Amino acid sequence: MPDPVPMLAAEDVARSFDVSRPWLQRVLAGEGKRTLRAVDGVSFEIPKGTTLSLVGESGCGKSTVARLVVGLYRPSRGRILFDGVELEQARADAAQRRRMQMIFQDPYASLNPRWRVRDIVAEPIRAFGMVSEAAAQREKVAELLTQVGLSPLDGEKYPHEFSGGQRQRISIARALSSNPEFLVCDEPTSALDVSVQAQILNLMKDLQRRLGLTYLFISHNLAVVRQISDRIGVMYLGRLVELAPAETLFTAPRHPYTRALMEAIPDLDMTGRQRIPVGGEVPSPISPPSGCPFHPRCPLANARCKAEMPALLPPRGQPDTIVACHAVEEGRDPAPAPAGADQRMGTTATAL
Amino acid sequence: MMQVQDRPLGRGPGPILEVRDLRVEFPTRRGVLTALDGVSFDIAPGEVLGVVGESGAGKSMTGAAIIGLLEPPGRIAGGEIRLNGRRIDNLPYEPMRRIRGREIGAIFQDPLTTLNPLYTVGRQLIETMQTHLDLSDREARQRAIGWLEMVGIPAAAQRVDSYPHEFSGGMRQRVVIALALCAEPKLIVADEPTTALDVSIQAQIIALLKRLAREKGTAMMLVTHDMGVIAETADRVAVMYAGRVAEIGPVRDVVKAPKHPYTDGLMASIPPLDRKVHHLAGIEGAMPRLSAIPRGCAFNPRCPHVFDRCRVERPELLDTGTTRAACWLYDPASEKQAPELFRHA
Ligand SMILES: Nc1ncnc2c1ncn2[C@@H]1O[C@H](COP(=O)(O)OP(=O)(O)OP(=O)(O)O)[C@@H](O)[C@H]1O
Ligand SMILES: Nc1ncnc2c1ncn2[C@@H]1O[C@H](COP(=O)(O)OP(=O)(O)OP(=O)(O)O)[C@@H](O)[C@H]1O
Ligand code: SF4
Ligand code: SF4
Ligand SMILES: [Mg+2]
Ligand SMILES: [Mg+2]
Repeated sequence: MPDPVPMLAAEDVARSFDVSRPWLQRVLAGEGKRTLRAVDGVSFEIPKGTTLSLVGESGCGKSTVARLVVGLYRPSRGRILFDGVELEQARADAAQRRRMQMIFQDPYASLNPRWRVRDIVAEPIRAFGMVSEAAAQREKVAELLTQVGLSPLDGEKYPHEFSGGQRQRISIARALSSNPEFLVCDEPTSALDVSVQAQILNLMKDLQRRLGLTYLFISHNLAVVRQISDRIGVMYLGRLVELAPAETLFTAPRHPYTRALMEAIPDLDMTGRQRIPVGGEVPSPISPPSGCPFHPRCPLANARCKAEMPALLPPRGQPDTIVACHAVEEGRDPAPAPAGADQRMGTTATAL
Repeated sequence: MMQVQDRPLGRGPGPILEVRDLRVEFPTRRGVLTALDGVSFDIAPGEVLGVVGESGAGKSMTGAAIIGLLEPPGRIAGGEIRLNGRRIDNLPYEPMRRIRGREIGAIFQDPLTTLNPLYTVGRQLIETMQTHLDLSDREARQRAIGWLEMVGIPAAAQRVDSYPHEFSGGMRQRVVIALALCAEPKLIVADEPTTALDVSIQAQIIALLKRLAREKGTAMMLVTHDMGVIAETADRVAVMYAGRVAEIGPVRDVVKAPKHPYTDGLMASIPPLDRKVHHLAGIEGAMPRLSAIPRGCAFNPRCPHVFDRCRVERPELLDTGTTRAACWLYDPASEKQAPELFRHA
């Protein structure tokens, strides 16, 4: 029986940023403070040994969720539980901290340029006092570097001596070094070529099978997301708009935004299928639209959508999925079609 | 070394960029490392050349050499680079710096190194434009907002005064793209311009880059790991391996019917979108370190088709009928010939 306590639970989590102009400019222009709601009321659970992925447009709040989940930002509202314990309490305990690691979107900014790679990789091992003997530490570092497709000899070099993808592999090796149980991976493979990407994804899947690791995974590459995820959350303007088992999301996407996203996937087969960017303006998170935040771009929008925020509900016949859409709830959306198929739903609002 | 022409000579205007036999070396305590070795290609006006290859293959290094920003002690040790017929690989720093802003726009793999954290994104765009174009403050600010809109930053007029750290990863990347384009260069060197972007913004940026190429005749070198982007954007593709060009040719041929065994392995590694697989295919082994590039064909220890000649002689780019590939299988004089069909053909 699966452990009923999820590795991670987010309950109605929100985070805003103050993006006001400097005080004097603001006073001169006679404008008030401006806040940006990067994440707004997001709830999910990640059962142990499974992978939840987050997808969605750039700026929709994925990295902010990742940073909230590992305690780099504090939520403005809501709470986060790590293995049943309040995150802040868990973070105060080194033994708990060791259990979670994050791989950052930007491998350049997260590696100390003055340290040798072997010291970068060994840092968590030392910080948590996991292996004390120098020889054993060296061996562990060599093993980690080999696992991510680098050579143990690379440990002597500095980060600037590596290419972008090689640096990303160093940050993966570092994240794995403290034997974490929960890994937050923000775009871990986007700097990697397809061959190394395949190796890293295989490694991640293998670690999950062998050691039962739990992942929160963020990627723009939907093919990669399909390979790694158990469940996928689609975010739009700081909110979850659809949360579904991975296969269901690809075979029967429901939310109009999810369907638009599937349509925008680049076409490797060069069938000449026109790739369709999600139509309309990307709305501003500073002044989000009323009602359903997707309504200015949605071909199915009606008066109710402009006024009333839809709740996350399971659509008929898909009990494992939740979708925040009035059209789906009312059963007036067209039948779902698999990813890559033409998802266009009439031309009303989607002026391209 | 013989001059390699990577495609038949056409009439029409000459190429904007010509790279011939480029060699880049890194002197180290343990000897000289050769990071690029005999790299040749050219890019015509309005053409997009995609550059792919495993991590560490030398893609960024090639871009850095072209824009004159090799990180010391790296240096160009041979060959030449021409922009509109004029040699630029041997220019002193100052003239090269002017060319870099005005004639070559660079989009780097790492957005944080391009953006100055202390200045607002608007100020950075305005200064770049005013350095190279004759614009009043007002015009420059208007244009800066226009560029932010063009790369899809919502509420551009409000966010033009934000600092880089207030933007998401993908938004910063789009600012870098706007910075590279705003002085309207002739050549764009784009290193992973869309990796941090979601598929929808990516489609928008690609459409923008293609439109610039078409309307303004801008030539573009596009480095990316994303084969989907390559398939959509590039006219031709160069596949790099261990500092060398392994295969080069029209995009459809390289992606759908690769001729070089390395390209073939690379294409087979792409995760499928239409199903979940237990184990992803990859290429066995890893790319050699620069200090240990094998003799003969650099790919020989990993190649499923290797034969004796590969371990001794280094292959030049040979005609394969559709592309040019550095592989002995395409030399009629070799004892082994290319198999009838590769997997993707
Ligand atoms: N400063 C340096 N000193 C020594 N070697 C270096 C230096 N910078 C890069 N290299 C090496 O040069 C090779 C080519 O690097 P380059 O950055 O061009 O790779 P790339 O093809 O862009 O890879 P990626 O896809 O990972 O960005 C790599 O093997 C790298 O380790
Ligand atoms: N420190 C900050 N100060 C102000 N605004 C911020 C800050 N961090 C993030 N934001 C804003 O919050 C929103 C969400 O950003 P986030 O980095 O979470 O997006 P993302 O989904 O990870 O995007 P990407 O795919 O581009 O990485 C963006 O509008 C961004 O500008
Ligand atoms: S609630 Fe209305 S506007 Fe929002 S996605 Fe559904 S149909 Fe479109
Ligand atoms: S030259 Fe030989 S080793 Fe190199 S790719 Fe061709 S067959 Fe393989
Ligand atoms: Mg992000
Ligand atoms: Mg690179």
